[in-house]
Amino acid sequence: MTVATIDAVRPELVRGRGGGGPASTRTVVAYGFWIFLLSDFILFSGLFAAYAVLSDQTAGGPTGAELFNLRNVFIETMCLLFSSYTCGLGALSAERRQPGRFLIFAALSFVLGAAFLVIESTEFAAMVGKGAGPSRSAFLSGFFTLVGTHGVHVTGGLLWLIYMVAQVVAKGLRPHVLRRLLCWSLFWHALDIVWVGVFTLVYLMGAR
Amino acid sequence: MDGRDRVFDDRTPGVEEYEPTANYLSYTVGLGLAILLTIMSFVVSQTNLLWPPGIPVGLIVLAFAQIGVHLVFFLHIGTGPDHTNNVVALAFGVFIVFLVIVGSIWIITNLNWNMMDMPH
Repeated sequence: MTVATIDAVRPELVRGRGGGGPASTRTVVAYGFWIFLLSDFILFSGLFAAYAVLSDQTAGGPTGAELFNLRNVFIETMCLLFSSYTCGLGALSAERRQPGRFLIFAALSFVLGAAFLVIESTEFAAMVGKGAGPSRSAFLSGFFTLVGTHGVHVTGGLLWLIYMVAQVVAKGLRPHVLRRLLCWSLFWHALDIVWVGVFTLVYLMGAR
Repeated sequence: MDGRDRVFDDRTPGVEEYEPTANYLSYTVGLGLAILLTIMSFVVSQTNLLWPPGIPVGLIVLAFAQIGVHLVFFLHIGTGPDHTNNVVALAFGVFIVFLVIVGSIWIITNLNWNMMDMPH
């Protein structure tokens, strides 16, 4: 039985395995961006590993239990989670060609992401003010590198969101704009996944 | 013949067919599960509901559960044919992340252990 015949009889056997013709541009773009996101996860895994091995090396300085405010962390977590949710609904509205709804959800995602950044940077500033900056101990160097890199990613995501909204307004929901929007929403969801690791390993385990 | 035509129509490059990957309900279910798991994590870490030495393990399990919820309900990593490559890439990524984190912790813990009784 040749491949072409299998195609005809059992299309579900060959789709996604090189059969049934080339994949759609959307599938290929999402796959390429997914590979990038996985490489970003590997970047974060290095920072997580560094933090995990340095978290006890406080050099006589403040420990996580003294520094972390779990109420703020919970609010930050909820901001990112709801931002991820509104981002998903925005992507869905865009795919259904509803630009008005998309803009509302994009604005909500932006406000929630910005609220997260404001809380985080206030917390960082307070820690540096108390003499618990990144140069105080290996624990704090690891902390600021890991959490700061995530914060920089969130900042990049917000700038990218402004750029995407400008494209939707200027060009409309064309196929290539929709594909870029898909990449942005994947990026935003991926940041939320990294944050799950951050609040579990850094804050919840560190504050005990 | 019908199946063959459908498959080839679907897969023509550059054609943007409407792909309903999700709906409002699936995002809302994902949000609800994620909130539930987050609250459980915070409660477990702040109380003694779990056997105290088991709390870190419990937190790690809850984190993995929440990451799974995010992957399925927000990133829509599924079992469909279009996802075969995504899932394989994810498996490789998880493998590397596991090697880097667990390997580092293992090596450095061992190093700290060996350095402990060094004469000064």
